[in-house]
Amino acid sequence: MNRRPFLKLVSALTIASALAASAATAETIRIGAVAPKTGPLAGGATVTQWPSIYLWVEQVNAAGGLTVDGEQMMIELIEYDDQTNPGETIKAVQRLATQDDAHFIIAPYGTGLNLAAAPLFDRYGYPQIAVSAITDQQPELSAQFPNMFFTLGTTTALAADVVKVLTDMRDAGQMGDRVAMVNVADAFGIELATAAKPLFEEAGFELVYETSYPLGTQDLSPVIKGAAAAEPDAFVAWSYPPDTFGLTEQAMIENLDVKAFYTAVATPFPGYGARFGAAAEGVLGAGGVNPDSPAFMEYAAAHEEVTGEKPDYWASATTYASLEILAQAIEAVGLDRAAVTAHLRESTYETILGPISFDENNSNPDFWTVGQWQGGVFKGVASRGRDGTVPVILKEGWE
Amino acid sequence: MSLTATDIRNLCLASLVFAICALLPLGDQGYWLGLGVTIAMFTALATSWALFSGPTHYISLATAAFFGVGTYVTGLGIDTLPFWSLVGLAGVIGAVLAALVGLATLRLSGVYFVIFTLGLAELVRQVITWVQNNSGQKGLYVLTDLDEAGIYWWLLGLSAAVFLTGWLIGRSRLGFALRIIGDDETVAAHSGINTARAKVLLFMVPGAVAAMTGAILAPRYVYIEPSLAFAPILSFQVVIMALLGGASRLWGPVLGVIPFTFLLEAVSSNFPNQTTLVIGVAFLVIVYLLPGGFVGLMGRINRHLNTREGA
Amino acid sequence: MDILITGILLGGTYALIAMGLNLQYGVARIMNLANGEILVAGGYFAFIAYTATQLSPILTIFLVAPLAFALNWLIYRLMLQPLVNRAKNRGQLETDSILATFGLSFIGVGLMLSFFGGDYFSYSFMAFPVELLGNTYGANRVLSFVMAVLICGALYLWLNRSRAGLSIRAIATAPASARLVGIDVKHLSALAFALGGAVTAVGGALISTYLTLDASTGVVFTLKALIIVIMGGVGDVRGTIVAALLLGILETLVASLLDPGLTLAAAYVMFLGILLFRPQGLFGKKPT
Repeated sequence: MNRRPFLKLVSALTIASALAASAATAETIRIGAVAPKTGPLAGGATVTQWPSIYLWVEQVNAAGGLTVDGEQMMIELIEYDDQTNPGETIKAVQRLATQDDAHFIIAPYGTGLNLAAAPLFDRYGYPQIAVSAITDQQPELSAQFPNMFFTLGTTTALAADVVKVLTDMRDAGQMGDRVAMVNVADAFGIELATAAKPLFEEAGFELVYETSYPLGTQDLSPVIKGAAAAEPDAFVAWSYPPDTFGLTEQAMIENLDVKAFYTAVATPFPGYGARFGAAAEGVLGAGGVNPDSPAFMEYAAAHEEVTGEKPDYWASATTYASLEILAQAIEAVGLDRAAVTAHLRESTYETILGPISFDENNSNPDFWTVGQWQGGVFKGVASRGRDGTVPVILKEGWE
Repeated sequence: MSLTATDIRNLCLASLVFAICALLPLGDQGYWLGLGVTIAMFTALATSWALFSGPTHYISLATAAFFGVGTYVTGLGIDTLPFWSLVGLAGVIGAVLAALVGLATLRLSGVYFVIFTLGLAELVRQVITWVQNNSGQKGLYVLTDLDEAGIYWWLLGLSAAVFLTGWLIGRSRLGFALRIIGDDETVAAHSGINTARAKVLLFMVPGAVAAMTGAILAPRYVYIEPSLAFAPILSFQVVIMALLGGASRLWGPVLGVIPFTFLLEAVSSNFPNQTTLVIGVAFLVIVYLLPGGFVGLMGRINRHLNTREGA
Repeated sequence: MDILITGILLGGTYALIAMGLNLQYGVARIMNLANGEILVAGGYFAFIAYTATQLSPILTIFLVAPLAFALNWLIYRLMLQPLVNRAKNRGQLETDSILATFGLSFIGVGLMLSFFGGDYFSYSFMAFPVELLGNTYGANRVLSFVMAVLICGALYLWLNRSRAGLSIRAIATAPASARLVGIDVKHLSALAFALGGAVTAVGGALISTYLTLDASTGVVFTLKALIIVIMGGVGDVRGTIVAALLLGILETLVASLLDPGLTLAAAYVMFLGILLFRPQGLFGKKPT
């Protein structure tokens, strides 16, 4: 793995933004970004959030900037590390809004940090196009914070489509109705498990093993052994990054014999495919994209060229799409934030994911929900309103 | 209890300072108010921490445990109870929890107490998430119309209460007993002081204050996640700030809180890619150049001036 | 039986995490909060060696150990020795070293971040099953357990048989008296600290074969190590091993028979219980 290009890029960007700041302050658009570079969520933000931001800034500036009221304006990126601490996120957004006079601020990373920042985006009138904030509370939240937009879907949709994928497999006679379901005992894991349980029961599945495990568990073999002993047809884990890797490795070692194996967050990370190679074949996970669409392929190639890293097969592309949306809204109505927010509510945007528009709850109704590793690529197998889903394949062993 | 002229002067001065601080939201609703919230929060936490740890020399890392409990009290109760009662409730729960912990840890000393309190924060967090997971409770959202200024006033009021408590303790029999315990616990025990009771009573103060701080800040976080509510880093930050200021005086910690907040702010705005690295270096500089904190530094300067005058 | 073996294997992991800190805290009297960062750095080294040159982690540890030894020796000599000299009593050294090593851990995270970036690093090494008494276990965990046994055994022998080891144990029990009988406390403290760092880094290299790490995860391991060291008794190799095994078995028992959601809670209950009934740890001597 070569990280040098990435570091070079970061220093180049720093220098470039410093130069831009001194040379042409009047003609730049100041865009603020705050997300974890350290702390528990840093691993995810480093894969999903930061590279897409760098890529977008690089591409916009390489093309001569954004056209605002007939004038070309370059982007100046102001970035802060919130150390995965909501208090720091709040301070950073405040700093961006009042000290740096940022024209726009890119939404933070993670549900908790996005919601901690929401009152400030609201007070200062910044549109907040949240990506990695998946919640069922979108109607309540958009009522309280009218500037907040949601792109990556809802908890229930994510859970419901897993149930749907498994139901289809069962109804096609590919497997029985015994499901083992586990979850990480932290916010998102708990929410997903709570949403999924009644759905599984409604669909006529039998939950033969059901448990939670704490965040940071170092040995997940009891979980996999417990699940294996219940002889399930499908294994579903509402998991977080370190345990997604841990559960998969244990399942490999135990040779967990299931027809469907699902782990949630981080399954679409390129690091997952790199680590498990052929064993990843057939693993289901949260999210997905249409990796064969020309738009995604072009994005992925640029992502790797500019940042030295591959994008993930879910939220990376959505993060980039959220920036495309922001750029198109700015080019349409200028730097007036209220006008941009109004434009976001009304218009449809062309993005690498396809067209995106927001409904009455400020949420994007078209998103990917379930994907699967097939032939070394994580492909979307279920979505709400997205084209390019591929058929699900059975998990056949771990070799 | 009688007040001397100096006492009255100090009380008036302190009230004046707090009154001036309370005016901050009228001047600025944004950036400086945000910093004000951070400072008020850590003033309450670090001052109450030093009330216990200053005289007893016990380093408690339990702040995150109480703070997290407080945020959960608000998170669970916000839909059914008024906010002010939740803050009070959090204070009571924090105090009771602290009393239990205090009773259990009396026999421990030094580093054992440090690690015990650290483990406590993790234990409480694990139990709460497990209960949440098994009770089918969905995510905790705290949506209120309490704004930044409101939170600031709440925290400022709490800090004032902490200072008042500290001042009253200092004048009471308990404070006298604590000073003796701090000098020499054996002597204290021999002179008939119930050291155990004194320590437990005192430990309830930071417990209650940290829980109340958590309860007050929950609306600011909007979404309560265990990994954020119980983040162990908070316990360490409080210790560092209190020690940087100096835990031996009531007003010591605040001398640490204010410069440290500005230092962190300067670092994170100027070194976005090396924030942690620069904070680490700043830390070492403080430890090596400022032993005994600002209180110690002022003591040395005073001594220096005095010897000059004497000579 | 299955539970017992799984628990013992996990105990081996915990021994690797805690053994280094035990040397550092027990002998050099430094409660090293930067211990976890050394562990993660060891893991990084193994990861890079494996992905770049296919060098097996079993060989990497022979590179990691001397490097970590040198680094930790320097840290002790340059950064911590002044604190030891300055401290008037045990309490002040404890406070100072908590503050200083906390700063060091930030520096550690910051350095790793700027050199390697912040994303997860994980690779597959010996992730195939091994059969023991009719049940299957990860080969990488079994390997790291065997290494843990070797390392702990070697340390135990060295501390109990060699002259330097005896002096180190003397320092751990009674630092003031050790000086009186002509033991070079300064030199040996530095040695113990450096050795502790080397053991931790080797542990990190081994653990990285089955755990997913990133630059910020060090603190998780520091906390675990502190708990094991205190539980076993400060400065006692046996105690740390027993505590690590107990913890591993307990967590596996609870996870298998009760509920995996309660494993960490059970671990902390055991830790708090041991502290209440034996405040000096399982094998610790009563503080004088």
